[in-house]
Amino acid sequence: MAWTREQIAARAAKELREGFYANLGIGLPTHVANYIPEGMKVILHSENGMLGMGPFPYEDEIDPDLTNAGKQTISELPYSSYFSSAESFNIVRGGHLDLTILGGMEVSQHGDLANWMVPGKMAKGMGGAMDLVAGVKRCVVVMEHINKDGEPKLVKKCSLPLTGMRVIDMVITSHGVFEIDKHGNGPMRLIELAKGVTLEDIRAHTDADYIVALNEEKVAA
Amino acid sequence: MNKVYKDAHSALEGLAHDGMTIMSGGFGLCGIPENSITALNKLGVQNLNIIANTCGVDGFGLGILVDAKQVKHVTTSYMGENKEFGRQFLAGEIEVEFTPQGTLAERIRAGGAGIPAFYTKTGVGTVVAEGKEHKIFNGETYILERSLKADVAIIKAWKADEEGNLVYRKTTQNFNPQMATAATITIAEVEEIVPCGEIDPDHIHTPGIYVDRIFKGTFEKRIEKRTFRKREAIKEIA
Repeated sequence: MAWTREQIAARAAKELREGFYANLGIGLPTHVANYIPEGMKVILHSENGMLGMGPFPYEDEIDPDLTNAGKQTISELPYSSYFSSAESFNIVRGGHLDLTILGGMEVSQHGDLANWMVPGKMAKGMGGAMDLVAGVKRCVVVMEHINKDGEPKLVKKCSLPLTGMRVIDMVITSHGVFEIDKHGNGPMRLIELAKGVTLEDIRAHTDADYIVALNEEKVAA
Repeated sequence: MNKVYKDAHSALEGLAHDGMTIMSGGFGLCGIPENSITALNKLGVQNLNIIANTCGVDGFGLGILVDAKQVKHVTTSYMGENKEFGRQFLAGEIEVEFTPQGTLAERIRAGGAGIPAFYTKTGVGTVVAEGKEHKIFNGETYILERSLKADVAIIKAWKADEEGNLVYRKTTQNFNPQMATAATITIAEVEEIVPCGEIDPDHIHTPGIYVDRIFKGTFEKRIEKRTFRKREAIKEIA
């Protein structure tokens, strides 16, 4: 037993705070928006040039001039704004966003992230991921704990080409939640276990060094 | 000086040549200069050097030029799901320089602003940093990125006045305003050309000084991923 993708997204939503400006990556991170607590205002940034990204539009309100960075049709909100790509990445690079949640292929114990290419496979490009991890105040990765071949994704050192070096603050996997000291040399800390996952499961499927620092109240969550 | 042209063909007259560098606005298929791309395809110019955030899809957007093998080199952040592009890339028929999206936007902005290069944290410790100058400011490492310029920028705006002042609509703005500033000649295709004075000067996104030629185009506005919600469901968020 472990968290499903939806449960990972729901756990990641707990990292949001009232008034946060946040960027959610394509794929699983996008689902985090479904779990924003009722009544909490979170302003979503879309790197193609929008703050205040709204939900998918009603079918009769689809506007080809309004899409998100995943090229999906979306809607605007009363507080939305539009701007150029240069402005959009001033926001990113300038450290104005509070949080970004991204997908990952590998994360190292010191916060290196690999999520944009696999050597020998077709590279599609890094899009805005390198800018986001370099610029956003706090970077959280959501991913499965092991890859399709059963290998650990939390590693001592990434084997895949990096998206950023020492950039990730937290990793939420199907097995639990880990905190990373990206600016120092402190150990990666396991702070929560997913429902039904044991410390032995984590040990068996994690290459990275970490210490167990469980918050007891959250173990059962 | 008249900036208003009849169509994409006449706007590109005397400008299109083999080996030219073209900046092409848009993000995915949103806010792309559909008419100028089609005209470049019909003109048959070869060995194009394209600077664009994304490269269209098979058979639409910049994919039209890729399919026709008119493109030699691309500077881009994401080539997307374009199969023919992928085939040419793997076969070594097309050269690709991947640039992080924010760095691409800033390289273009710098090109238009007379700034030859700038330092950024983006890409430090990755393949993007290889061979680039590194410098430490306030204890943090940055890399030097060079600006970009083009012979021609083809961009899309919603509305223009006869002076070439432009207004964009929603997320079609993306790379268009910066590209307008970074080319020797900028061609803007728009949905409507209005007399001067009809656009409130406070609402102009791109001042006409950056825009050399404008024409009214026709737009398919193809949607890449058509996503929507049902009326009764209000919880589902993009």
